[in-house]
Amino acid sequence: MASAIDAPNPARLRELAAEIRARIIETSHKTQTPHLGSCLSCVDILVAIYYGVLRIDPAQPRAADRDRFILSKGHGAPALFQVLALKGFYPESMLDTYGEDGSLFAEHPPTPDKLAGIEAATGSLGHGFPMGLGMALAARIRGEDYHVYALLSDGECNEGSIWEGAMFAAAQKLDRVTIVVDFNKWQATGRSAEVMALDPLAEKWRAFGWDAVEVDGHDVEAVLGALTRPHSGKPRAIIAHTVKGKGVSFMEDDNNWHYRIPSADEVVAAKRELGVAA
Amino acid sequence: MRNAFADEITKLGAEDPRVCLLSGDIGNKLFDKFKAGDEKRFFNCGVAEANMMSMAAGMALSGLRPVVYTITPFTTTRCLEQIRVDACYHRAPVIIVGTGAGLSYAELGPTHHSCEDIALLRVLPEMTVLCPCDAVELRAGLRAALKHDGPVYMRIGKKGEPIIHQTPPDFAIGRAITVRDGADVALLSTGNMISVALDAADALGQAGVSARVESFHTVKPLDGARLEEVFTRYPLVVTLEEHSRLGGFGGSVAEWLAARGGNAARLLAFGTDDAFMHEIGSQEYARRLFGLTAENVVSRVLAESGTGGRRTVASAR
Repeated sequence: MASAIDAPNPARLRELAAEIRARIIETSHKTQTPHLGSCLSCVDILVAIYYGVLRIDPAQPRAADRDRFILSKGHGAPALFQVLALKGFYPESMLDTYGEDGSLFAEHPPTPDKLAGIEAATGSLGHGFPMGLGMALAARIRGEDYHVYALLSDGECNEGSIWEGAMFAAAQKLDRVTIVVDFNKWQATGRSAEVMALDPLAEKWRAFGWDAVEVDGHDVEAVLGALTRPHSGKPRAIIAHTVKGKGVSFMEDDNNWHYRIPSADEVVAAKRELGVAA
Repeated sequence: MRNAFADEITKLGAEDPRVCLLSGDIGNKLFDKFKAGDEKRFFNCGVAEANMMSMAAGMALSGLRPVVYTITPFTTTRCLEQIRVDACYHRAPVIIVGTGAGLSYAELGPTHHSCEDIALLRVLPEMTVLCPCDAVELRAGLRAALKHDGPVYMRIGKKGEPIIHQTPPDFAIGRAITVRDGADVALLSTGNMISVALDAADALGQAGVSARVESFHTVKPLDGARLEEVFTRYPLVVTLEEHSRLGGFGGSVAEWLAARGGNAARLLAFGTDDAFMHEIGSQEYARRLFGLTAENVVSRVLAESGTGGRRTVASAR
């Protein structure tokens, strides 16, 4: 098993989150790639998972007993790519090819054999989560001790396969699975609660047999607390209330930033707000 | 065939601890012996095929060899995107088994027919498509699939199909098996149409036409060497499949023939029409409706035999 995680320092985690947000925004501008709002909403969750609970050695990213993290909301890849580079899964310089023809780094994760740290090539919603369930079943069959984490979007919870998997995982008492829903209240073209009747989302997961809690998804300590709760014998869902475009005032809760690309001036303004040196 | 599948997967499960079986809420009691061997490797995944296929891919990416089993439309078209993205794009070694393929479940209506699955799965990169003709090829194909490092789709019949191979043939993915030699025409059959091919060959023999019969148990990758041989040796080559004439085995052979160019035999492709069957009946009734009978093959072959040498593709109704 990968070594235990050192107790994370909350102030340091907040600095890291700001740094990651700045890099995501810079990359979006430089490479003209979208999904900024969806990436900024999940940064604190990614930091809590990667710096708080995930037992994986970046030097041995395919070790059989590693914990698995699956970015089921594959359009959050620009955020994940930055986290994986900072964790040392690959040199940060590799990200210089981002968005270029022939690059591994695009709007969605590549297949796991192509890039260290990736467990599933997501992008089509509703796939990563059930793939993660398969990985959890494999751990049980093979007598391995790893845990599977998956990050879902609220829009992704429109997909029937999510609820198929939810029922199956509960029937199997797959308590080595934890999902976090990045509940930023928007999907690509509308308020998520208006497009589909998502609310009450935590109640839905409970009704499907999961141990579900709600947290402020931008409070890294709160997310960590939810991630480290004792197991109840059920799979765990964390409904993380978030703000799309979090961290930059002119992007927050403005769904134009699902597809909009920031200008050079907006990058400077955003970094100033984040307290990250230009 | 499904009993042979249950028996062989039970043996394979006992031999290889990586083998897992996922069923979409069918096969009541069919897999009792597999479960008795190791219950924790059997999953009734319920009526939730998208989840089942994605989970199988996740299991395969974690070192297991999952076999997914349900009625053909539900393990193919129902979850086609999961097959495409999770199994094929990831090159995950998932074995997908469609039972009751083609018109096996004719009496259940078009919701349970499957005459498009070969076309839809063979077009996916990384996918291998197997259509065994009998229980012997099924067992051999399953063993070969487990050794293959990528996704495999196997379409099988239901029960009661005759045994064609009295002794185990030399089976390899992508290499057709000669069932009977002949001098005048080649009948290439895939899957459970082999009986029609053999009956047609018998009748042609009585009419003085010597027919060779090949079992193309693999539609992808196609056996190009065998095709080259038959298309140069015979003036007429016939394909037979319980699947649409669009995009299936005959379609694959037509693509091969067009890419090959040059002089070659005429191709006569038998398969189902580009239509749903609204009037329901037995498998035999459905085959008659689509001209998938030995009598029709014989009359078309005899009619076409005089025109050999001109390279065209004829659709066989």
